[in-house]
Amino acid sequence: MKQIVVPLYRLAHGRTGDKGNRSNISVIAWHERLYPLLVEQVTEARVAQQFAHRRPTRVARYLCPTLHAMNFVLDDVLDGGVNDSLNLDAHGKALAFLLLDMSIRLPPELAPILAGAAMPEPPNSPNFNTTGDTP
Amino acid sequence: MNSTLLRVGCAAGFSGDRTDAAGPVVDALIAAGGSAALIFETLAERTLALAQLARRQDPDAGYEPLLQPMLAPVLERCLRHGIRIVSNFGAANPVGAAKCIAAMARELGLPAPRIAVVLGDDVSGPAHAAALQARVGSATAGRSIVSANAYLGAEAIAQALSEGAQIVVTGRVADPSLTLGIAMAHYGWAVDDWDRLARGAMAGHLLECGAQVTGGYYADPGFKVVPGLAALGYPIAEIAADGTCTITKPAGTGGLIDEHTVKEQLLYELHDPTAYLTPDVVADIGEASITAVGTDRVCMAGVRGHARPEELKVNVCFESGWLAEGGISYAGPRAEARARLAAGVLRERLQGCGMLRADLIGVASVFGDDGGRWLAAQPDGDARDVRLRVALRNADRALAERLVRELTALYTCGPAGGGGVRTSIRPTLGTVSCLLPRATVPARVEWIA
Repeated sequence: MKQIVVPLYRLAHGRTGDKGNRSNISVIAWHERLYPLLVEQVTEARVAQQFAHRRPTRVARYLCPTLHAMNFVLDDVLDGGVNDSLNLDAHGKALAFLLLDMSIRLPPELAPILAGAAMPEPPNSPNFNTTGDTP
Repeated sequence: MNSTLLRVGCAAGFSGDRTDAAGPVVDALIAAGGSAALIFETLAERTLALAQLARRQDPDAGYEPLLQPMLAPVLERCLRHGIRIVSNFGAANPVGAAKCIAAMARELGLPAPRIAVVLGDDVSGPAHAAALQARVGSATAGRSIVSANAYLGAEAIAQALSEGAQIVVTGRVADPSLTLGIAMAHYGWAVDDWDRLARGAMAGHLLECGAQVTGGYYADPGFKVVPGLAALGYPIAEIAADGTCTITKPAGTGGLIDEHTVKEQLLYELHDPTAYLTPDVVADIGEASITAVGTDRVCMAGVRGHARPEELKVNVCFESGWLAEGGISYAGPRAEARARLAAGVLRERLQGCGMLRADLIGVASVFGDDGGRWLAAQPDGDARDVRLRVALRNADRALAERLVRELTALYTCGPAGGGGVRTSIRPTLGTVSCLLPRATVPARVEWIA
Protein backbone atom coordinates (compact mmCIF):
# COMPACT_ATOMS: atom_id res chain seq x y z
CA MET A 1 0.00 0.00 0.00
CA LYS A 2 1.27 3.48 -0.79
CA GLN A 3 2.35 5.32 2.33
CA ILE A 4 2.47 9.03 3.00
CA VAL A 5 5.46 10.80 4.55
CA VAL A 6 4.95 13.53 7.13
CA PRO A 7 7.11 15.25 9.73
CA LEU A 8 7.09 13.71 13.18
CA TYR A 9 5.50 16.82 14.67
CA ARG A 10 2.25 15.82 12.94
CA LEU A 11 2.21 12.64 15.06
CA ALA A 12 3.78 13.73 18.31
CA HIS A 13 4.86 16.59 20.51
CA GLY A 14 7.63 16.86 23.05
CA ARG A 15 9.86 19.04 25.17
CA THR A 16 13.51 19.25 26.06
CA GLY A 17 15.07 19.13 29.49
CA ASP A 18 18.73 19.29 30.45
CA LYS A 19 20.97 18.11 33.25
CA GLY A 20 24.60 18.97 32.82
CA ASN A 21 25.80 17.83 29.39
CA ARG A 22 22.82 15.52 28.90
CA SER A 23 19.61 16.35 27.09
CA ASN A 24 16.31 14.53 27.41
CA ILE A 25 13.59 14.91 24.83
CA SER A 26 10.11 13.47 25.22
CA VAL A 27 8.11 12.31 22.21
CA ILE A 28 4.41 12.02 23.05
CA ALA A 29 1.85 10.69 20.58
CA TRP A 30 -1.04 12.96 19.75
CA HIS A 31 -3.23 9.85 19.48
CA GLU A 32 -2.76 6.37 20.89
CA ARG A 33 -3.13 4.84 17.40
CA LEU A 34 -0.01 6.75 16.33
CA TYR A 35 2.16 5.41 19.16
CA PRO A 36 3.12 2.12 17.44
CA LEU A 37 4.48 4.11 14.49
CA LEU A 38 6.69 6.09 16.88
CA VAL A 39 8.01 2.90 18.46
CA GLU A 40 8.71 1.44 15.03
CA GLN A 41 10.31 4.46 13.35
CA VAL A 42 11.66 6.88 15.97
CA THR A 43 14.52 4.61 16.93
CA GLU A 44 17.72 5.28 18.85
CA ALA A 45 19.66 4.96 15.61
CA ARG A 46 17.57 7.51 13.73
CA VAL A 47 17.66 9.98 16.61
CA ALA A 48 21.43 9.58 16.86
CA GLN A 49 21.60 10.34 13.14
CA GLN A 50 19.38 13.43 13.52
CA PHE A 51 21.79 14.75 16.18
CA ALA A 52 24.98 13.51 14.53
CA HIS A 53 26.53 17.01 14.44
CA ARG A 54 26.21 17.13 18.24
CA ARG A 55 28.28 13.93 18.54
CA PRO A 56 26.16 12.08 21.11
CA THR A 57 28.18 9.45 22.99
CA ARG A 58 25.00 7.53 23.78
CA VAL A 59 21.34 7.73 22.78
CA ALA A 60 18.90 5.81 24.97
CA ARG A 61 15.19 5.42 24.33
CA TYR A 62 12.77 4.63 27.14
CA LEU A 63 9.24 3.55 26.29
CA CYS A 64 6.26 4.69 28.36
CA PRO A 65 3.41 2.70 26.81
CA THR A 66 0.81 3.79 29.37
CA LEU A 67 1.52 7.40 28.39
CA HIS A 68 1.87 6.66 24.64
CA ALA A 69 5.20 8.38 24.98
CA MET A 70 8.94 7.82 24.69
CA ASN A 71 11.82 9.54 26.43
CA PHE A 72 15.13 10.02 24.67
CA VAL A 73 18.29 10.65 26.68
CA LEU A 74 21.18 12.04 24.64
CA ASP A 75 24.55 12.09 26.38
CA ASP A 76 27.18 14.80 25.75
CA VAL A 77 25.20 16.75 23.15
CA LEU A 78 25.24 20.15 24.87
CA ASP A 79 28.88 21.16 24.33
CA GLY A 80 29.43 20.84 28.07
CA GLY A 81 26.01 22.09 29.13
CA VAL A 82 24.80 25.37 30.50
CA ASN A 83 28.11 26.22 32.16
CA ASP A 84 30.45 25.51 29.29
CA SER A 85 28.55 25.75 26.01
CA LEU A 86 28.97 28.75 23.72
CA ASN A 87 25.47 28.24 22.33
CA LEU A 88 22.96 31.07 22.83
CA ASP A 89 20.61 28.26 23.85
CA ALA A 90 23.04 26.59 26.23
CA HIS A 91 20.24 24.49 27.75
CA GLY A 92 19.29 23.10 24.34
CA LYS A 93 15.67 24.14 24.89
CA ALA A 94 15.09 24.17 21.12
CA LEU A 95 16.30 20.63 20.49
CA ALA A 96 12.89 18.94 20.72
CA PHE A 97 12.03 20.73 17.49
CA LEU A 98 15.05 19.23 15.74
CA LEU A 99 13.89 15.78 16.76
CA LEU A 100 10.27 16.50 15.79
CA ASP A 101 11.44 17.47 12.29
CA MET A 102 12.23 13.84 11.46
CA SER A 103 10.01 12.24 8.84
CA ILE A 104 7.63 9.36 9.41
CA ARG A 105 5.90 7.03 6.93
CA LEU A 106 2.34 6.06 7.63
CA PRO A 107 -0.68 4.56 5.91
CA PRO A 108 -2.96 7.25 4.47
CA GLU A 109 -5.95 6.15 6.55
CA LEU A 110 -4.23 7.57 9.63
CA ALA A 111 -3.98 11.04 8.07
CA PRO A 112 -7.23 12.33 9.64
CA ILE A 113 -5.86 11.92 13.17
CA LEU A 114 -2.61 13.79 12.52
CA ALA A 115 -2.12 17.11 14.27
CA GLY A 116 -2.20 20.26 12.20
CA ALA A 117 -4.35 18.54 9.58
CA ALA A 118 -5.76 21.85 8.44
CA MET A 119 -2.33 23.36 8.07
CA PRO A 120 -0.69 23.84 4.69
CA GLU A 121 2.12 21.42 3.91
CA PRO A 122 5.23 22.50 5.80
CA PRO A 123 7.95 24.00 3.63
CA ASN A 124 11.02 21.88 3.12
CA SER A 125 13.80 22.83 5.46
CA PRO A 126 17.40 21.67 5.49
CA ASN A 127 16.41 19.37 8.35
CA PHE A 128 13.43 17.75 6.72
CA ASN A 129 13.50 15.40 3.81
CA THR A 130 11.66 12.27 2.91
CA THR A 131 14.31 9.90 4.19
CA GLY A 132 14.85 11.59 7.51
CA ASP A 133 18.57 11.84 6.91
CA THR A 134 20.35 14.87 8.23
CA PRO A 135 22.21 17.00 5.75
CA MET B 1 -1.88 13.39 60.63
CA ASN B 2 -4.93 14.50 58.72
CA SER B 3 -7.47 12.96 56.39
CA THR B 4 -8.77 16.04 54.58
CA LEU B 5 -7.73 16.55 50.96
CA LEU B 6 -4.47 18.46 50.65
CA ARG B 7 -4.01 21.21 48.06
CA VAL B 8 -0.53 22.47 47.18
CA GLY B 9 -0.18 25.50 44.93
CA CYS B 10 3.00 26.57 43.17
CA ALA B 11 3.72 30.25 42.64
CA ALA B 12 7.24 30.17 41.17
CA GLY B 13 9.16 27.69 39.05
CA PHE B 14 12.54 29.42 38.95
CA SER B 15 14.41 32.48 40.12
CA GLY B 16 13.12 35.14 37.78
CA ASP B 17 9.59 33.81 37.43
CA ARG B 18 6.57 36.13 37.23
CA THR B 19 5.98 37.80 40.59
CA ASP B 20 2.22 38.18 40.10
CA ALA B 21 1.66 34.41 40.00
CA ALA B 22 0.85 33.80 43.65
CA GLY B 23 -2.27 35.96 44.00
CA PRO B 24 -4.72 33.88 41.93
CA VAL B 25 -3.30 30.61 43.36
CA VAL B 26 -3.85 31.78 46.93
CA ASP B 27 -7.34 33.05 46.05
CA ALA B 28 -8.19 29.61 44.68
CA LEU B 29 -6.77 27.83 47.73
CA ILE B 30 -8.82 30.05 50.05
CA ALA B 31 -11.98 29.52 47.98
CA ALA B 32 -11.49 25.74 48.04
CA GLY B 33 -11.11 25.74 51.84
CA GLY B 34 -9.57 22.77 53.63
CA SER B 35 -5.86 22.15 54.01
CA ALA B 36 -3.51 24.03 51.71
CA ALA B 37 0.08 25.07 51.22
CA LEU B 38 1.99 27.22 48.76
CA ILE B 39 5.44 26.54 47.34
CA PHE B 40 7.92 28.76 45.54
CA GLU B 41 10.67 26.83 43.73
CA THR B 42 13.44 29.26 42.88
CA LEU B 43 16.72 27.32 42.68
CA ALA B 44 18.50 26.03 39.60
CA GLU B 45 21.98 24.54 39.34
CA ARG B 46 23.77 27.88 39.19
CA THR B 47 21.31 30.02 41.16
CA LEU B 48 22.88 28.98 44.42
CA ALA B 49 26.39 29.86 43.32
CA LEU B 50 25.20 33.31 42.23
CA ALA B 51 23.52 33.70 45.61
CA GLN B 52 26.74 32.70 47.35
CA LEU B 53 28.61 35.38 45.39
CA ALA B 54 25.96 37.94 46.40
CA ARG B 55 26.39 36.96 50.05
CA ARG B 56 30.14 37.53 49.81
CA GLN B 57 29.41 41.11 48.81
CA ASP B 58 26.74 41.58 51.47
CA PRO B 59 26.40 39.17 54.43
CA ASP B 60 22.66 39.94 54.65
CA ALA B 61 22.08 39.00 50.98
CA GLY B 62 22.31 35.62 49.30
CA TYR B 63 18.63 34.65 49.27
CA GLU B 64 16.18 34.97 46.38
CA PRO B 65 16.40 38.61 45.19
CA LEU B 66 12.70 38.62 44.27
CA LEU B 67 11.62 37.25 47.65
CA GLN B 68 9.76 40.40 48.69
CA PRO B 69 7.89 41.05 45.41
CA MET B 70 6.97 37.35 45.21
CA LEU B 71 5.71 37.03 48.75
CA ALA B 72 4.34 40.48 49.63
CA PRO B 73 1.07 40.16 47.66
CA VAL B 74 0.03 36.97 49.51
CA LEU B 75 1.83 36.82 52.86
CA GLU B 76 -1.04 38.27 54.89
CA ARG B 77 -3.72 36.12 53.25
CA CYS B 78 -1.66 32.94 53.63
CA LEU B 79 -1.07 33.53 57.31
CA ARG B 80 -4.69 34.52 57.96
CA HIS B 81 -6.10 31.45 56.18
CA GLY B 82 -3.60 28.88 57.47
CA ILE B 83 -1.91 28.33 54.12
CA ARG B 84 1.61 27.08 54.87
CA ILE B 85 4.44 28.47 52.75
CA VAL B 86 7.38 26.23 51.83
CA SER B 87 10.19 27.43 49.62
CA ASN B 88 13.85 27.02 48.78
CA PHE B 89 14.14 30.78 48.30
CA GLY B 90 16.60 30.80 51.18
CA ALA B 91 19.28 29.88 48.61
CA ALA B 92 22.68 30.66 50.17
CA ASN B 93 21.19 32.42 53.19
CA PRO B 94 18.00 30.79 54.50
CA VAL B 95 18.31 32.55 57.86
CA GLY B 96 18.56 35.91 56.06
CA ALA B 97 15.45 35.10 54.04
CA ALA B 98 13.56 34.09 57.16
CA LYS B 99 14.51 37.34 58.91
CA CYS B 100 13.38 39.26 55.85
CA ILE B 101 9.97 37.52 55.98
CA ALA B 102 9.68 38.22 59.72
CA ALA B 103 10.34 41.90 58.98
CA MET B 104 7.74 41.90 56.21
CA ALA B 105 5.17 40.48 58.63
CA ARG B 106 6.04 43.16 61.20
CA GLU B 107 5.62 45.92 58.62
CA LEU B 108 2.20 44.50 57.73
CA GLY B 109 1.25 44.58 61.42
CA LEU B 110 0.78 40.81 61.52
CA PRO B 111 1.44 38.57 64.52
CA ALA B 112 4.92 37.08 64.28
CA PRO B 113 4.68 33.93 62.12
CA ARG B 114 6.39 30.71 63.12
CA ILE B 115 9.23 30.48 60.61
CA ALA B 116 11.50 27.44 60.37
CA VAL B 117 14.68 27.20 58.35
CA VAL B 118 16.14 23.95 57.05
CA LEU B 119 19.93 23.94 57.21
CA GLY B 120 22.66 21.45 56.47
CA ASP B 121 22.79 21.57 52.67
CA ASP B 122 25.89 23.79 52.58
CA VAL B 123 28.89 21.43 52.46
CA SER B 124 31.46 24.04 51.46
CA GLY B 125 33.02 24.15 54.94
CA PRO B 126 36.01 22.29 56.39
CA ALA B 127 33.87 19.37 57.64
CA HIS B 128 33.37 18.11 54.08
CA ALA B 129 36.53 19.42 52.45
CA ALA B 130 38.36 16.09 52.44
CA ALA B 131 35.37 14.15 51.14
CA LEU B 132 34.83 16.62 48.30
CA GLN B 133 38.52 16.75 47.49
CA ALA B 134 38.54 12.98 47.10
CA ARG B 135 35.53 13.03 44.78
CA VAL B 136 35.90 16.15 42.63
CA GLY B 137 39.36 17.44 43.47
CA SER B 138 40.71 16.76 39.99
CA ALA B 139 37.89 18.78 38.38
CA THR B 140 38.26 21.74 40.72
CA ALA B 141 42.06 21.80 41.02
CA GLY B 142 43.34 25.35 40.79
CA ARG B 143 39.81 26.76 40.75
CA SER B 144 38.17 28.97 43.31
CA ILE B 145 35.21 27.09 44.82
CA VAL B 146 32.10 29.27 45.06
CA SER B 147 29.57 26.88 46.55
CA ALA B 148 29.00 23.24 47.43
CA ASN B 149 25.51 22.11 48.33
CA ALA B 150 23.86 18.77 48.90
CA TYR B 151 20.33 18.13 47.69
CA LEU B 152 18.44 17.58 50.93
CA GLY B 153 15.13 15.74 51.04
CA ALA B 154 11.65 16.24 52.44
CA GLU B 155 12.05 14.95 55.98
CA ALA B 156 13.21 18.17 57.62
CA ILE B 157 10.43 20.11 55.89
CA ALA B 158 7.87 17.61 57.18
CA GLN B 159 9.37 17.85 60.66
CA ALA B 160 9.18 21.66 60.67
CA LEU B 161 5.55 21.63 59.52
CA SER B 162 4.62 18.97 62.07
CA GLU B 163 6.16 21.16 64.78
CA GLY B 164 3.93 24.03 63.74
CA ALA B 165 5.85 26.03 61.17
CA GLN B 166 3.71 28.42 59.15
CA ILE B 167 6.61 29.15 56.84
CA VAL B 168 9.53 26.85 55.99
CA VAL B 169 12.59 28.36 54.31
CA THR B 170 15.24 26.09 52.84
CA GLY B 171 18.39 26.27 50.82
CA ARG B 172 19.26 23.44 48.44
CA VAL B 173 16.46 20.95 48.77
CA ALA B 174 15.51 18.73 45.83
CA ASP B 175 12.69 20.45 43.98
CA PRO B 176 10.04 17.70 44.39
CA SER B 177 10.84 17.47 48.12
CA LEU B 178 9.14 20.81 48.78
CA THR B 179 5.76 19.32 47.93
CA LEU B 180 6.55 15.88 49.33
CA GLY B 181 7.48 17.36 52.72
CA ILE B 182 4.09 19.05 52.89
CA ALA B 183 2.25 15.82 52.03
CA MET B 184 4.32 13.76 54.49
CA ALA B 185 3.47 16.16 57.32
CA HIS B 186 -0.20 16.35 56.36
CA TYR B 187 -0.88 12.62 55.95
CA GLY B 188 1.79 11.29 58.28
CA TRP B 189 3.39 9.13 55.58
CA ALA B 190 6.28 6.98 56.84
CA VAL B 191 9.75 7.66 55.45
CA ASP B 192 9.77 4.19 53.88
CA ASP B 193 6.24 4.22 52.45
CA TRP B 194 7.84 4.19 49.00
CA ASP B 195 4.72 4.18 46.83
CA ARG B 196 3.12 7.15 48.59
CA LEU B 197 6.41 9.02 48.77
CA ALA B 198 6.92 8.50 45.04
CA ARG B 199 3.43 9.82 44.29
CA GLY B 200 4.02 12.89 46.43
CA ALA B 201 7.40 13.44 44.80
CA MET B 202 5.94 13.21 41.29
CA ALA B 203 3.14 15.60 42.27
CA GLY B 204 5.96 17.91 43.32
CA HIS B 205 7.74 17.25 40.04
CA LEU B 206 4.65 18.40 38.12
CA LEU B 207 4.41 21.55 40.25
CA GLU B 208 8.06 22.52 40.52
CA CYS B 209 8.38 24.37 37.23
CA GLY B 210 5.29 26.48 37.82
CA ALA B 211 3.54 27.32 34.56
CA GLN B 212 5.33 24.59 32.60
CA VAL B 213 2.43 22.27 33.46
CA THR B 214 -0.31 24.83 32.72
CA GLY B 215 0.60 25.75 29.15
CA GLY B 216 3.93 27.52 29.53
CA TYR B 217 6.88 26.13 27.51
CA TYR B 218 4.16 24.39 25.47
CA ALA B 219 2.33 26.77 23.14
CA ASP B 220 2.98 26.20 19.43
CA PRO B 221 0.55 28.05 17.15
CA GLY B 222 -1.49 25.79 14.92
CA PHE B 223 -0.54 22.70 16.89
CA LYS B 224 -0.66 23.45 20.59
CA VAL B 225 -2.99 26.37 21.18
CA VAL B 226 -2.90 27.86 24.67
CA PRO B 227 -5.43 30.54 25.61
CA GLY B 228 -4.30 33.45 27.75
CA LEU B 229 -0.55 32.83 27.64
CA ALA B 230 0.01 36.37 28.93
CA ALA B 231 -1.92 35.59 32.12
CA LEU B 232 -1.08 31.96 32.80
CA GLY B 233 -2.58 30.40 35.89
CA TYR B 234 -0.06 28.56 38.06
CA PRO B 235 -0.74 24.99 39.12
CA ILE B 236 -2.45 23.49 42.12
CA ALA B 237 -2.11 19.80 42.98
CA GLU B 238 -4.91 18.12 44.90
CA ILE B 239 -3.08 15.31 46.64
CA ALA B 240 -5.12 12.45 48.09
CA ALA B 241 -4.19 10.31 51.10
CA ASP B 242 -2.83 7.57 48.82
CA GLY B 243 -0.72 10.11 46.93
CA THR B 244 -2.81 10.14 43.76
CA CYS B 245 -3.04 13.70 42.55
CA THR B 246 -5.10 15.93 40.32
CA ILE B 247 -3.47 18.95 38.72
CA THR B 248 -5.61 22.03 38.20
CA LYS B 249 -5.30 25.82 38.18
CA PRO B 250 -7.23 28.84 39.43
CA ALA B 251 -10.50 29.59 37.65
CA GLY B 252 -10.39 32.63 35.40
CA THR B 253 -6.67 32.41 34.64
CA GLY B 254 -5.06 31.76 31.27
CA GLY B 255 -3.32 28.61 30.24
CA LEU B 256 -4.29 25.02 29.69
CA ILE B 257 -4.06 21.76 31.59
CA ASP B 258 -4.74 18.64 29.56
CA GLU B 259 -3.18 15.21 29.19
CA HIS B 260 -0.59 16.59 26.82
CA THR B 261 0.67 19.47 28.97
CA VAL B 262 0.92 17.11 31.95
CA LYS B 263 2.74 14.36 30.04
CA GLU B 264 5.29 16.87 28.74
CA GLN B 265 6.04 18.09 32.24
CA LEU B 266 5.99 14.59 33.73
CA LEU B 267 8.85 13.56 31.42
CA TYR B 268 10.69 16.89 31.75
CA GLU B 269 14.27 16.33 32.94
CA LEU B 270 13.64 12.64 33.54
CA HIS B 271 16.03 10.01 32.35
CA ASP B 272 14.93 6.42 33.07
CA PRO B 273 11.18 6.80 33.75
CA THR B 274 11.26 3.76 36.05
CA ALA B 275 13.99 5.25 38.25
CA TYR B 276 13.65 8.97 38.91
CA LEU B 277 16.13 9.62 41.70
CA THR B 278 15.20 11.96 44.52
CA PRO B 279 16.70 12.15 48.03
CA ASP B 280 13.48 10.68 49.43
CA VAL B 281 12.51 7.89 47.05
CA VAL B 282 13.21 6.44 43.62
CA ALA B 283 10.03 7.16 41.68
CA ASP B 284 8.78 4.88 38.92
CA ILE B 285 6.27 6.13 36.33
CA GLY B 286 6.63 3.06 34.12
CA GLU B 287 2.97 2.18 34.66
CA ALA B 288 1.60 5.61 35.53
CA SER B 289 -1.56 6.94 33.97
CA ILE B 290 -2.44 10.51 33.04
CA THR B 291 -6.17 11.09 32.59
CA ALA B 292 -8.22 14.22 31.95
CA VAL B 293 -11.04 14.32 34.48
CA GLY B 294 -12.53 17.73 33.65
CA THR B 295 -11.71 21.10 32.16
CA ASP B 296 -8.16 21.97 33.22
CA ARG B 297 -8.16 18.95 35.54
CA VAL B 298 -5.83 15.99 35.00
CA CYS B 299 -5.33 13.04 37.33
CA MET B 300 -2.01 11.20 37.75
CA ALA B 301 -2.19 7.67 39.18
CA GLY B 302 -0.19 4.46 39.19
CA VAL B 303 3.14 5.94 40.27
CA ARG B 304 5.24 3.48 42.23
CA GLY B 305 8.24 3.91 44.48
CA HIS B 306 11.44 2.12 45.39
CA ALA B 307 13.86 2.58 48.29
CA ARG B 308 15.68 5.91 48.38
CA PRO B 309 19.34 6.20 47.35
CA GLU B 310 21.92 5.78 50.09
CA GLU B 311 23.83 8.85 48.89
CA LEU B 312 22.89 12.46 48.29
CA LYS B 313 23.83 14.42 45.19
CA VAL B 314 26.14 17.38 45.71
CA ASN B 315 26.76 20.22 43.27
CA VAL B 316 30.07 22.07 43.50
CA CYS B 317 30.35 25.41 41.70
CA PHE B 318 33.65 27.09 40.89
CA GLU B 319 34.90 30.14 39.05
CA SER B 320 35.74 29.06 35.52
CA GLY B 321 36.81 32.16 33.62
CA TRP B 322 35.14 34.59 31.26
CA LEU B 323 32.51 34.46 28.54
CA ALA B 324 32.64 37.15 25.87
CA GLU B 325 29.90 37.42 23.29
CA GLY B 326 28.30 39.87 20.95
CA GLY B 327 26.65 40.47 17.62
CA ILE B 328 26.44 42.64 14.53
CA SER B 329 23.59 42.84 12.00
CA TYR B 330 23.44 42.85 8.22
CA ALA B 331 20.35 43.40 6.06
CA GLY B 332 19.34 43.64 2.43
CA PRO B 333 21.00 42.15 -0.66
CA ARG B 334 23.86 39.75 0.11
CA ALA B 335 23.35 40.20 3.86
CA GLU B 336 24.18 36.55 4.54
CA ALA B 337 27.36 36.73 2.46
CA ARG B 338 28.46 39.84 4.35
CA ALA B 339 27.75 38.17 7.72
CA ARG B 340 29.76 35.09 6.67
CA LEU B 341 32.61 37.33 5.59
CA ALA B 342 32.54 39.10 8.97
CA ALA B 343 32.70 35.73 10.76
CA GLY B 344 35.77 34.82 8.72
CA VAL B 345 37.47 38.10 9.64
CA LEU B 346 36.88 37.46 13.34
CA ARG B 347 38.21 33.90 13.08
CA GLU B 348 41.41 35.24 11.54
CA ARG B 349 41.80 38.06 14.06
CA LEU B 350 41.02 35.97 17.16
CA GLN B 351 43.32 33.01 16.63
CA GLY B 352 44.79 31.91 19.95
CA CYS B 353 41.96 33.32 22.05
CA GLY B 354 40.07 30.04 22.40
CA MET B 355 37.37 28.36 20.31
CA LEU B 356 35.25 30.98 18.57
CA ARG B 357 31.62 30.12 17.98
CA ALA B 358 29.82 31.92 15.16
CA ASP B 359 26.07 31.83 14.55
CA LEU B 360 24.13 33.35 11.69
CA ILE B 361 20.88 34.24 13.39
CA GLY B 362 18.19 33.98 10.76
CA VAL B 363 20.13 31.24 8.93
CA ALA B 364 21.49 28.74 11.45
CA SER B 365 22.13 29.26 15.14
CA VAL B 366 20.84 27.38 18.16
CA PHE B 367 20.60 23.91 16.59
CA GLY B 368 24.30 24.20 15.81
CA ASP B 369 27.28 22.88 17.73
CA ASP B 370 30.19 24.85 19.14
CA GLY B 371 32.52 23.14 16.67
CA GLY B 372 30.64 24.66 13.71
CA ARG B 373 29.79 21.38 11.97
CA TRP B 374 26.13 22.29 11.65
CA LEU B 375 26.80 25.75 10.22
CA ALA B 376 29.36 24.36 7.81
CA ALA B 377 26.74 21.90 6.52
CA GLN B 378 24.28 24.67 5.68
CA PRO B 379 24.72 25.77 2.04
CA ASP B 380 25.42 29.43 1.46
CA GLY B 381 22.06 31.14 1.04
CA ASP B 382 20.77 34.61 0.34
CA ALA B 383 19.12 35.48 3.65
CA ARG B 384 18.48 39.21 3.72
CA ASP B 385 18.29 39.88 7.47
CA VAL B 386 21.09 38.21 9.39
CA ARG B 387 22.72 38.80 12.74
CA LEU B 388 26.21 37.45 13.23
CA ARG B 389 26.57 36.32 16.82
CA VAL B 390 29.94 35.23 18.19
CA ALA B 391 31.11 33.88 21.54
CA LEU B 392 34.24 32.55 23.18
CA ARG B 393 35.43 31.58 26.64
CA ASN B 394 38.82 32.04 28.17
CA ALA B 395 40.22 31.72 31.68
CA ASP B 396 42.17 34.91 30.95
CA ARG B 397 39.96 37.99 30.90
CA ALA B 398 42.32 39.91 28.62
CA LEU B 399 42.04 37.28 25.90
CA ALA B 400 38.25 37.13 26.25
CA GLU B 401 38.08 40.91 25.92
CA ARG B 402 39.73 40.73 22.53
CA LEU B 403 36.46 39.40 21.12
CA VAL B 404 34.68 42.52 22.33
CA ARG B 405 37.27 44.77 20.70
CA GLU B 406 37.48 42.89 17.41
CA LEU B 407 33.70 42.75 17.07
CA THR B 408 33.40 46.47 17.73
CA ALA B 409 36.11 47.22 15.17
CA LEU B 410 33.92 45.65 12.47
CA TYR B 411 32.01 48.95 12.37
CA THR B 412 34.83 50.49 10.33
CA CYS B 413 36.94 47.50 9.32
CA GLY B 414 34.30 44.88 8.47
CA PRO B 415 31.91 44.24 5.59
CA ALA B 416 29.56 46.94 4.30
CA GLY B 417 26.52 48.00 6.23
CA GLY B 418 27.28 46.25 9.53
CA GLY B 419 25.42 47.82 12.45
CA GLY B 420 23.99 47.31 15.89
CA VAL B 421 27.06 45.94 17.64
CA ARG B 422 26.32 44.78 21.16
CA THR B 423 28.93 43.10 23.32
CA SER B 424 29.20 41.67 26.81
CA ILE B 425 31.80 39.99 28.97
CA ARG B 426 31.04 38.28 32.22
CA PRO B 427 32.58 35.83 34.70
CA THR B 428 31.45 32.23 34.37
CA LEU B 429 30.82 29.41 36.80
CA GLY B 430 31.48 25.75 36.31
CA THR B 431 29.77 22.93 38.18
CA VAL B 432 30.70 19.39 38.98
CA SER B 433 28.57 16.84 40.81
CA CYS B 434 29.34 14.00 43.18
CA LEU B 435 27.64 11.87 45.82
CA LEU B 436 28.09 11.94 49.60
CA PRO B 437 26.78 9.34 52.08
CA ARG B 438 23.55 10.75 53.48
CA ALA B 439 24.66 10.18 57.07
CA THR B 440 27.42 12.75 56.55
CA VAL B 441 24.95 15.45 55.47
CA PRO B 442 22.31 15.68 58.21
CA ALA B 443 19.55 18.25 57.78
CA ARG B 444 18.46 20.28 60.76
CA VAL B 445 15.60 22.62 61.57
CA GLU B 446 16.10 25.97 63.29
CA TRP B 447 13.48 28.49 64.33
CA ILE B 448 13.57 32.22 63.74
CA ALA B 449 12.36 34.27 66.65
